[in-house]
Parts: sequence; C-alpha cells; structure tokens
Amino acid sequence: MFGLDKKDTTLLIIVALLVFLAPFLLNPFPADSAMAQFNAGYPDLMQRFVIFGIFAIGFNILFGLTGYLSFGHAAFLGVGSYAAVWMFKLLTMNVIPAIVLAVIVGGLFAALIGYITLRRSGIYFSILTLAFAQMMFAIAYSDLIGRFVGTSITNGETGLQLTLNDPRILGESATPDGSIPLTNLFGWDMRSTYQMDVGAWLFQFNFGYYFCAVVMLIAFFLSIRIFRSPFGLMLRAVKSNQQRMNYTGLNIRPYTLTAFIISGMYAGLAGGLMASMDPLAGAERMQWTASGEVVLMTILGGAGTLIGPVLGAGFIKYFENIFSKINEATLHQWFSFLPDGLETFVVWVAEHFVGSGWHLTLGILFMLVVIFLPGGLVEGGQKIGGLFSRRKQADEKSKATKTEPAE
Amino acid sequence: MDAIILQILNGLDKGSAYALIALGLTLIFGTLGVVNFAHGALFMIGAFCAVTVQRLLTLSYETVDPTRTDFLGNPMKVKTPYIESWFGPEVGASIIEWSVPLAILFAIPVMLLIGYAMERGLIKHFYKRPHADQILVTFGLAIVLQELIKHYYGANPIQTPAPDAFRGSFDFGQLLGFDPNVIIYPYWRLVYFGFAAIIIAAVFSFLQFTTFGMVVRAGMADRETVGLLGIDIDKRFTIMFGLAAAVAGLAGVMYAPINAPNYHMGMDFLVLSFVVVVVGGMGSLPGAVLAGFLLGILESFASMNEVKTILPGIDQIIIYLVAIVVLLTRPRGLMGRKGVMEE
Amino acid sequence: MGILDVKNVSKRFGGLKALSDVNLSIKENSVHAIIGPNGAGKSTLLNCLVGKLIPDTGSVMFDGQSVLGRSPYEINQMGISRVFQTPEIFGDLTVMENMMIPVFARRDGAFRMHAVAMVNTETDVIEQAEQVLEDMNMADKRHMTAASLSRGDKRRLEIGMCLSQQPRLLLLDEPTAGMARADTNNTIDLLKQIKDERDITIAIIEHDMHVVFSLAERITVLAQGTPLVEDEPQKIRGHPKVREAYLGESG
Repeated sequence: MFGLDKKDTTLLIIVALLVFLAPFLLNPFPADSAMAQFNAGYPDLMQRFVIFGIFAIGFNILFGLTGYLSFGHAAFLGVGSYAAVWMFKLLTMNVIPAIVLAVIVGGLFAALIGYITLRRSGIYFSILTLAFAQMMFAIAYSDLIGRFVGTSITNGETGLQLTLNDPRILGESATPDGSIPLTNLFGWDMRSTYQMDVGAWLFQFNFGYYFCAVVMLIAFFLSIRIFRSPFGLMLRAVKSNQQRMNYTGLNIRPYTLTAFIISGMYAGLAGGLMASMDPLAGAERMQWTASGEVVLMTILGGAGTLIGPVLGAGFIKYFENIFSKINEATLHQWFSFLPDGLETFVVWVAEHFVGSGWHLTLGILFMLVVIFLPGGLVEGGQKIGGLFSRRKQADEKSKATKTEPAE
Repeated sequence: MDAIILQILNGLDKGSAYALIALGLTLIFGTLGVVNFAHGALFMIGAFCAVTVQRLLTLSYETVDPTRTDFLGNPMKVKTPYIESWFGPEVGASIIEWSVPLAILFAIPVMLLIGYAMERGLIKHFYKRPHADQILVTFGLAIVLQELIKHYYGANPIQTPAPDAFRGSFDFGQLLGFDPNVIIYPYWRLVYFGFAAIIIAAVFSFLQFTTFGMVVRAGMADRETVGLLGIDIDKRFTIMFGLAAAVAGLAGVMYAPINAPNYHMGMDFLVLSFVVVVVGGMGSLPGAVLAGFLLGILESFASMNEVKTILPGIDQIIIYLVAIVVLLTRPRGLMGRKGVMEE
Repeated sequence: MGILDVKNVSKRFGGLKALSDVNLSIKENSVHAIIGPNGAGKSTLLNCLVGKLIPDTGSVMFDGQSVLGRSPYEINQMGISRVFQTPEIFGDLTVMENMMIPVFARRDGAFRMHAVAMVNTETDVIEQAEQVLEDMNMADKRHMTAASLSRGDKRRLEIGMCLSQQPRLLLLDEPTAGMARADTNNTIDLLKQIKDERDITIAIIEHDMHVVFSLAERITVLAQGTPLVEDEPQKIRGHPKVREAYLGESG
C-alpha cells in the first residue's frame, strides 16, 4: 500500500489502529475504580502522545539514520509554536496556515543552524547544537529580537498568548460573546470532545486528538518512505562509514543537511500542533531539558528503528503523567501490606522517584537504557521475543534485524 | 577608561569560573577522550559542599531561655549551634562565618571520591563506546545529580555568605588614581580570582614539572603510543578525572558566595563552558583558560548599559555569537592544535 | 601522455620532505605498481592523487583534467576509485546495500534528494549491483551485514564496490596487507581477472613483492620521496639501485 512492502504496510496499519482506538485502549479501567489513575485516555494526554511521537519520528530521521546527535532540537519545536501562535494572532484561528508556517519556520531555522553546525561532526556537533539551542532559548526568554525591533515577538517569560485585540485578518478578533475564538479546522473546533458512557467507563473522543493522529500517521508514513528510499540508504551510509562515502563519490554535507532540515520541519510541525491544541507558546519548550527529552524518547524506543521513537514518546509521556500524580499518601496506601518499618523505608525510597521526582526517574532511565539497552525497547522486545521462539528461529530473527533496517 | 577597567574586573570572576570548568573539561576530553556532560554537575556539587558545611556548622540544639519571652508570653526558645557550645560563642561564631573557606577542606576529599567513583563506576565502561553514548550517559548522570540535589536541598537558591572580612569592596579606582567609589570591586571576587589563578597555576605546574604530568601530557598528545610504552596510563587517567572533578568542585565552593547555589547552576555553566572549550580550541589547556577569561570579560562588556541601549540583550548571546564566528573563521579554535577535532 | 600524469609533485610536512619532485605517468589500461621501502612516500603520493592531501607544488592530471583542489568525492566522480589498506566498507549495512550505494552514486551523482523513490523498486540499480555480486562470487552473501564478513570477503566486497562504479582508474593501497597467503592469492586472482575482463587502469601500492610481480606490467620504485626507477618487472628485479634502496633500508 502506498508503495510500501507488506511488512511496512502491516506496521503502518497496526499503528493506525492503535492510534485510532487509543481512546478505548488507553482507558481500560472503569472511571470510579482505584485503577482509574492509570488510565491515559484523556484528550490532553493523548494529544501529547502523538505530538511528541511526531517530534521523535523527525529526530530519528537525523539521529537514527545519520548518527548525528543533536542536542538542540527543542529549539525548532519552540519556533514552530511561536510561528503558529503568530498566525493565530494575525491571520485566522484555522490551524492549517499556522501549521504550514510552523513547518516552514522550523525548516528555515534548521537550514540556518544546520548549515553552520554540520561543518563539524561527533561531539563537536552535539555541543554546537546545544549552544545554538541555548542561544535561541535566551533570545526567546528575554524577547531579545522583540526588544531590538521595538515590538514583542516572543513576549519573554510570560510566553506568547492570544488576546482580544489581535487583528486576525481572516477571522474575528473576538467572538460575539466577547471571548477569544478557538482554534479550529474549517469550523471544527479542536477542543470539541464527544463523550461516550459505556457502563462504568467513560471514553472521550476529541477532535484535536484525531486531527493530530492523522497528521502523525502521515508523518510516520513519510518517515517509512524516507527510511526505504535511496536517500535513506545514503543517510545510513553516512552513519556507517563517512570515509567510504567520500571515496564513493558522495557529498556528505547535503545529505546530513537535508536530514537536519527534515527533522527540523518535523519538530516545527510538532510545535505547530502543540500551539493548535493550546494556543500559547513559551520559551521553556526550547530548553535543553526538552531537547534531552526527545533524545531519550528516540533512544528508549530504539534509534534507527521505525516504530521506536513513537513507542519511546508514548512510554515517556505516559509514565511522566502517572509518576507525577503519585504522592506520599498513594505510596503509603500501596505499601501498607508491608511491616511498618519496612513500609516507611520503601516509601522513603520510592518517594525520590515520584511526583516532582519524575525527572530523577527519567535521568536514571536514560542511563540504564544507554548502559544496558543501547538498542532501546525495540531491541529489548526482540530479545524477549527471541527467548520464546525456538533457538534456530531466534538466530534467523537476529540476523534479519541486523541485515534489514528494523521496523 | 574607568568603565573599561570596571568591566574587565567584573568579567574576571565569571571568567575564572568558566576557565576552571573548561580546564577540567579539556583535561578529561584530552586524556580520556570523553566529553563529560556531567562536569557542570560537579561544579554544582562543589557549591553545595559549601551549603552542606554551612548547614553542618550551624546544626543547633534548642534551649529555653527563661529570662526572655516570645510575643505570646511563653518562655523563648533559643537555638545554639553545637559549634558555639563546644568552642565558646566567639570562636564558634567565627568558625561558622568562615564556613565557605572551610568547605574547601571538605570538598577536596568529597570531589576526589566522586570523581573516582564516576570514572571507575561509569565512564571507564564507555571508553570504547561511541561518542554519542558517552554524551548520553553523562547527560543522564547530570540529570540524576541535579535532581538529587533538588530533592534534598530544594529548588530555591541558598544564600551562602562569605566571611565578614571579605564582605566589603575594594576601591580599585583610588589605587589607580581615579576618583573614589568609581571602580569598586567586592573583596570576595578578588579572592575568587586569586584562588582561580592559584589553581590554574597549580594544575599547569603539576602537568609541566612532574613525571606524572609528563606522561599525562604525552597521553593527551598520543594515547596509543604511550600505551605501547607499557605505562599504566589508565590509572593515571583515573587520577586525572578525580583531579578535574576536584577543580570543578573547588570552583563551585568558592563561587557559592558570588551566586547563591541552585540545582541548575551546573548546566547553566556547562553549556557556556563547552562554548569556551570550543572557542579556546578543543584539547588545548591554555586555550580553555584564555577563552574562559576572554569570554567572561566580553560578557561583562556586553552587559554595560551603553552597549545594551544599542543592542538590547546582547549580553546573553554574545558568547554564542563569538563561538559561531570563531567556528566559521577558525574551526580549531584560538589555540587548538591543527588536526584536533577539525573533522 | 598517460591516463594519470603526475608532474613535479612535492609535499612537505613541517621539516620532513615526504615527496620531492615526483614525476609519474600511468598508461591507460595498464597495471602499474608503485613500490618502495617504508617511509618512501607511497601513501603520501596516493593521498595526493585522491584529494586527501594537496601537494605543495606540481600538478596531477587525470585524463587531461587537474585533480588538485578537488575533494575526494569529486575526484571519485571523475573516475578514480580507491581501495584502502584496511577495507573501508559500510559495516552496518548488508552486502547488497553496500553494493548498491556506489551504483547509486554513479547514476545520481554526488547528491540527489531521492526521498520519494523506494530502494526496492530501483530495478536498474538492483540489477547492476546483483551483477557485480555475481562477478565477485558473493551473491550468496547478499543479506549478510558487511561487518560480519571474513577479512578476505571484506576486501572482495570493497573491490566490488569500486568496480561497480566502473571507474577508469582503480587505486589499490596495499590490498593484501595483513592477509593470509590463501586470501592474498585469491585477491591476486581476482585482480588478474579484473584486468583481463575490463577496460580499466590499475595502480597498486604494494609491499608484497609476490603480488607486485604477479600483476604489474610496469613498476615505479619510490625511495625517500622520489622515484628511483621505472621499468618493466623483469628489469626491476635485478636492478642495482632497487636492491640498494631495499637493502639499505632493511639491512
């Protein structure tokens, strides 16, 4: 289908099914049960799953294929958000122009920064991208360009927001009842949610989520095509052996730069979607922690694999949500079956990792994955899968995953 | 003229911090071939060593002072630090007051130990892994260290004052024949600069004049050849890592009175120190020091009001702009050796 | 006038004169060996031919065009392929993918944004790559990762990759260095076969005299950065100057 071979088509269909049925799949527990806190079927969280999925898919095109580790990709997501919000302020609340501009702006910034940073590779490249991202963060956070030109561009610390005085040439500055209009797709409101009660379960179908989901599927499809294209082959060759690449008559820089721009456009797209779901943009989206997060998503899932980044993004965003919600009281409840002294101790240990300690968990996870599972969840899954099948089959499988770009 | 001198002075303390961190980064990169993203965290831990010592010294017990009452009319509770009860109020108070310099004694073993543990426990296993993995694992470690500090010390900056003796400012202007109070410079910053100069001098003479340093320098120039000579270079590199950690830690301890320690100061300094290393020339120790001071001073000039009115906010991005220009015109940095990291 | 003409090329590294006044002409469709003791400047000369180094003086003309100042990929696109001392292949990719990359490079040039096509529908490239794999006797290994090949097969693959570009000049840098005798003989046979079957010029830098005398039609002896003699193999064998250079070096 769409020029994909059977295996890739199957993968695409599975992802599509998972994404479309997510409101059911992510809400397995009845709304009033104790397990309801593990549900993830809210519009807001599901949107984050797919948006960060897009971000990670794009990052993987650069890092997974060429091996160039950028530490500044959040900057492109940030400029995408700003561009989209400006579109909402100036033109219309329809998300299409906003997203198109976000992608273009993300790509332009990536072209500029990539042109300079890709003169270097390895560690140097990582440091440079980090420095550039921090510079852009500083510019956005202090609204430097705005102060220079005399009108606010990023609105500094507060972040860029919509107001009732925005011109919105093709739309309206304010709705008849005097509030800020909502983001929409040709009139379909991004926030509109259809709620379905089935017994004790409550399923929510949000238009914004489905819009993002469709965009993500397109983005995912394009990434499969890039992986399987001659261009993708060349990118993998860059990662494998630059010397041979050079002596095979191939010019490396345009390849890496194109990959960098494509991943920048994916990041811009993710930023544009973020702003479309919630029309504001802040500098914190551009910080190095945000860049580090997308690196982690890609690595956790499996860099260089097709599905890895999507898995990684979902995994991290899900556990971020769960871990952040857990507090000391919940922990005491969970471990109440233990003897008192032991319970206190276990809760004391566990407390480090939950609530605001989520970042600590993330850091440890990061280290564990890099140390023990450099291939990420996909490789881990394959290893476990290998244990269950007969030995000969396992051998074939590991050979197959080595010889072909894994799914 | 006076304004220029003032800005140079103002740039010195930040420049000292950049130089010290960049020096450690370069040592580790040059010897072990590892880019340590957790190096900023070591600086931060150093600063929190000062906080810890301050807290330990002010550990107090409560007594009830029957002669005084609080605003509810109850007898007033008075906190007395143990130190004061052991050494008498006056000596005790001055020990507390000198907590930051005392923290140096505490920080040296702590940092050496952390550095040793880090190298043996983690970094060692990454020598043969790709650079990307080294970056990622130290990045993860940086997050872990930073979050642990945040967990135990909170998210807010913690004031750690310098001893009273250094609290005032030194009137530099008068010394040079300017009007009084034109060029004044806090004593502690002067101390910091002097301290940094001593450490830098110590590191350089250690590398220059000891056999140990000679081997390390040879190892930085060509690791394989030195390995072939049968010298146990790995052990020396472990020691170098500990040394670099100690340098970063000491830089952090002494910086605590200048900038109240917070959990994210490590990463803030790390990114800029990387830029310093790139500008100075990857693998060049003098380059790291020179670029550290140059960029510190440049940053201070960019934050002058006269400059800011023309180019608002330039102070926050000047270092990055310089790095870009240097990279485009002289990719190996100011003092980088030809061929090192030029690819 | 050969296919490759090196005129008055000199190259210094600091105080060390690596090449001084090298003149060399390689005839089209010949096998030309460059030999010499260690430190004679063989590798420096080779690097000057492929764009890795730029000589201080002199000119290097390939088929009437100067190669100086061009980067390695441009020189490769002119028709010069290089085989390295330790095989440089794409270790993470399969043998088949390794073979397709040079075919793509030949068809599409140094860069082509070819992101909509699919590798598995590029039938012309696949066919050509398959053909070379057949020629190299490696068709059964096409799905293996290149890194998992034996040393001899890696060399074979690298030579195949170079041939799949249909270069006019093939440069080999000690192609049998570190190889067991059997692998060396296989490589010699392979190169002989290539020489017989194709219109190709081969320049080979080699230490192993067995390889040199089995293959070369013409030999240049390099010593201390300058060509000592250039002649046919039989005449080189007993040449006093050559003996002197080698014995003086090793004895």
